[in-house]
Amino acid sequence: MNRDVRDVAVPQQSSTDGVHAERLYGWGMTSPSVADVADPTAVEQLAELVTGAGPRGVIARGLGRSYGDPAQNGGGRVVRTTSLNKILNIDIEHGIVTAQAGVSLHQLMGTMLPLGWFVPVTPGTRYVTVGGAIGADIHGKNHHSAGSFCQHVLSMDLLGADGQIRTLTPDTEPELFWATAGGMGLTGIVTQATIAFKKVETARIKADIWRAPDLDGVLAELAATDDKYPYTVAWIDCLSTGRNLGRSVLTCGDFAKLDELPAKVRKDPRKFAPLSLGKVPPVPVSGLLNKMTGRAFNEMWFRKAPVRKEGVIQGVGAFFHPLDGIMEWNRVYGPAGFLQWQFVIPFGTEDTLRQIVERISAHGAPAALTVLKRFGEGSPGYLSFPTKGWTLALDFPTNTPGLAQLLDDMDEKVLEAGGRLYLAKDSRMRPELLAEMYPRLEAFRKLRAEIDPHQVFMSDQARRLHL
Amino acid sequence: MKDSLGAPQSLLVLGGSSDIAMSTARKMAAARTKKIYLAGRPSQRLEDNAAELRTLGATVEVVPFDAAATDDHDKVLSQVFATDDIDVVLLAFGVLGDQAEDEKDPARAVAVAHVNYTGAVSSGIIVGQALKKQGHGSLVVLSSVAAERARRANFIYGSSKAGLDAFAQGLGDSMVGTGVHVMVVRPGFVDTKMTQGKEKTPLSTTPDAVADLIITGLRRGSHTVWAPGAFRYVMSGLRHVPRPLFRRLPM
Repeated sequence: MNRDVRDVAVPQQSSTDGVHAERLYGWGMTSPSVADVADPTAVEQLAELVTGAGPRGVIARGLGRSYGDPAQNGGGRVVRTTSLNKILNIDIEHGIVTAQAGVSLHQLMGTMLPLGWFVPVTPGTRYVTVGGAIGADIHGKNHHSAGSFCQHVLSMDLLGADGQIRTLTPDTEPELFWATAGGMGLTGIVTQATIAFKKVETARIKADIWRAPDLDGVLAELAATDDKYPYTVAWIDCLSTGRNLGRSVLTCGDFAKLDELPAKVRKDPRKFAPLSLGKVPPVPVSGLLNKMTGRAFNEMWFRKAPVRKEGVIQGVGAFFHPLDGIMEWNRVYGPAGFLQWQFVIPFGTEDTLRQIVERISAHGAPAALTVLKRFGEGSPGYLSFPTKGWTLALDFPTNTPGLAQLLDDMDEKVLEAGGRLYLAKDSRMRPELLAEMYPRLEAFRKLRAEIDPHQVFMSDQARRLHL
Repeated sequence: MKDSLGAPQSLLVLGGSSDIAMSTARKMAAARTKKIYLAGRPSQRLEDNAAELRTLGATVEVVPFDAAATDDHDKVLSQVFATDDIDVVLLAFGVLGDQAEDEKDPARAVAVAHVNYTGAVSSGIIVGQALKKQGHGSLVVLSSVAAERARRANFIYGSSKAGLDAFAQGLGDSMVGTGVHVMVVRPGFVDTKMTQGKEKTPLSTTPDAVADLIITGLRRGSHTVWAPGAFRYVMSGLRHVPRPLFRRLPM
């Protein structure tokens, strides 16, 4: 018999309802820790979650695409923002969007592309949240022409350690704005942001794809294409040796104009329908990626690329996010997990870049899908990663023999060249190197000590690197 | 915090004058472990170990700790955990005893059981709770192959290790889902100060070799580590040898 529930009092909703212990790790599936995870559904719940966080503090987490430990807080609290996923306002005329922190770039593309607007910056995956994009001050294939994500953020609301929300703009509160941009969540929780979008005629890319035979070739080609294409990237083979060392496939392009599309596509030119190719099953596939399969994969990737093909029309998914087509692709590395190592070194230190590529090739570490790109000027973000120079990103399975020493040695080379590592990717650097790589780290620490003296905002990464 | 390659940044050794613990600490300090607490009964050896680890660039603190004085464990260990996150705790204390003498004197036999088992239960519970509060961390427990099956020649020591081993396995199971990892290490005969003058048994090993296996086990998140690894198979055979035959085996 059904009870009449109409008279039953609704229990008082508390923001800590549903807080539960959960084992969290980054995209690389390494070094997990257990935290009390809250999934707030309203911004009003956030203040209590922050002020009542307890001695081990709190950190915001979005879609967990950081490779290491920045969105973990062992023994403390983690606030997952993915249920705060409303697009609050769209100025369709000027392409200005206000979205809650948990809105993903995927969601923004799905909403805005049909209206003729594209996110100003997208990384290699569109499954990142607005909050995460700000926390890591992400970059994309257009960094040399458009800068990093936060350079397109007009304002953001930040919930501080005191439970108060402040609206920050680069003009009114530049310090806190630029400490939050790339600040890895340690200045507070971004609740919403207003972002300037890029006007596009279609949702298709017109790309030129061609091969470069070696490292010198790809460096020269990339340097020559800066002004020609707003979006450029090179996939580089770090496993080939000898005269093939550094052979690459360049993919460069821009959004297609309407009259550049084939007639069939022109009927619905701003349709956003990225392909999904399925999911990697949750079975251990340990050892699938080794030196041999890595080499074979790179060979295939290089061979399948055209020697030179111009004006290829591609969807947003194929051009920007090839790996998003395979859900949970991080599982291919097996239970041992993997890490990504990404650095930037200034132009003029190409010798260091060559030494690093040679070293990886000689070590035979199975680094498939290595990405090389040129950065333009950096943003004013205190801990923002991009600065003018070459950036290279490599994935390594963590069970690669000798990996710890290899990466430590290469960190030194990066530092000597005046470069730095990307915090959104890092999971293993020596903490001592950080201050040398990020000259504004001390200023960041000072600011953080002022606004959050008890270190309410805390993450595993902050503990590991003494941020 | 442990990094993605399993290297810890901080280490607490319970039994800081243990040779196996010292070999492990030395290797860790050479990598990422720059904060080390050496807990043990105050001795010159403990101080020397601390001094050596400092030369490797680690900040080392000596913590007066007596495994047998279980009433003090909570106070001493809580202080350590109040100052720092501890990524790895190495429970390395233990005494071998003197089987022949201990068999004649119950007080001596109890002393062996008290340090090896009771002391470990007390500190193990406290460490487990502290790591649970952190939401991460590993407890490495030095057991022994003797724990797998007690021998006539050292059953007092063996039985204390058997108790410790069972305790550590259960503690590990109780910690599933808390972020805490408990790893049981079962070395065979290790050439250390504890075994000085004793006759080596087959498959004997060195503190350095055991340390390497501990570090690999931490990276992999292993639950059980045999040292050397062949013991896993040797002991799974010996476990089934009938008693009358087992006690006649020359070991």
